[in-house]
Amino acid sequence: MQTTLDFDRVFRALADSTRRDIVRRAIGGEEGVAELAGHYPMSFAAVQKHVAILERAGLVTKARIGRRKVVRTNVEGLRRARGLLDRYEELWRGRVDRMTALLDDPKEIDA
Amino acid sequence: MTVTAVRKDPQALTMTIDAEFEASPERVWQLWADPRQLERWWGPPTYPATFTKHDLAVGSRVEYHMTGPEGDQPHGFWDIVEATPPRLLVFRDGFANEDGSANPDLPLTTGRVTIEQIGGGRTRMSIESLFPSTEAMEQILAMGAEEGLRQAVGQIDAILAEGIVSSTMHR
Repeated sequence: MQTTLDFDRVFRALADSTRRDIVRRAIGGEEGVAELAGHYPMSFAAVQKHVAILERAGLVTKARIGRRKVVRTNVEGLRRARGLLDRYEELWRGRVDRMTALLDDPKEIDA
Repeated sequence: MTVTAVRKDPQALTMTIDAEFEASPERVWQLWADPRQLERWWGPPTYPATFTKHDLAVGSRVEYHMTGPEGDQPHGFWDIVEATPPRLLVFRDGFANEDGSANPDLPLTTGRVTIEQIGGGRTRMSIESLFPSTEAMEQILAMGAEEGLRQAVGQIDAILAEGIVSSTMHR
């Protein structure tokens, strides 16, 4: 598992509804690319391509179970992405809070 | 809470945040016009901003850098498009190289700040951020701002919630 998430890749990967669906299905980690491909009205190659994009974004990994290779969602990666995203989401709220504090600061009244 | 509303329009690629303050429009304008005050709110405490060039006249370029906990110093600039103190400020916010020159590989956001008196000694400030394209928006979001984030966060939440359900079912 990679230790740093590339947000650009994560966003691009999650921007597509098929890929979001793959991430959802792969949480159980029981299906290979061929089985996943059976859920979508598209070619095996197209699904394989989606899985590769998710893999590069660190959102899924391929694991070997016996002779089979399954696609598994990196739940820990998702959690970490979520934590970082929460912090970013607060960017402007944080700025407004700091503005408020500054306006309430008696030292700044004459400014 | 001083933030009164957050509006997001993914089609128009805009995010607007409204806030109300117990202060005059002139006082709120100073938060933008005085670089020493600006430095106290633009960057979070872990990434304080330093404005090295600051003039809100139309056509001017404002230059700043942030200083991260590891000593990293991302640089940025604003090009002032419109300025009517104390009511309106429009600027293009971009990323810069270490020498302060604009980095053309990274997208520009346009920020439109309107400040109006709403009575009772209060002032409303509205900040609209406009992204040039979805791709640019994603790129900027990856470096710090809003929309898409909540969407992605929602998606991730839904996925995590399902994960809990399905892992329980498999036991």
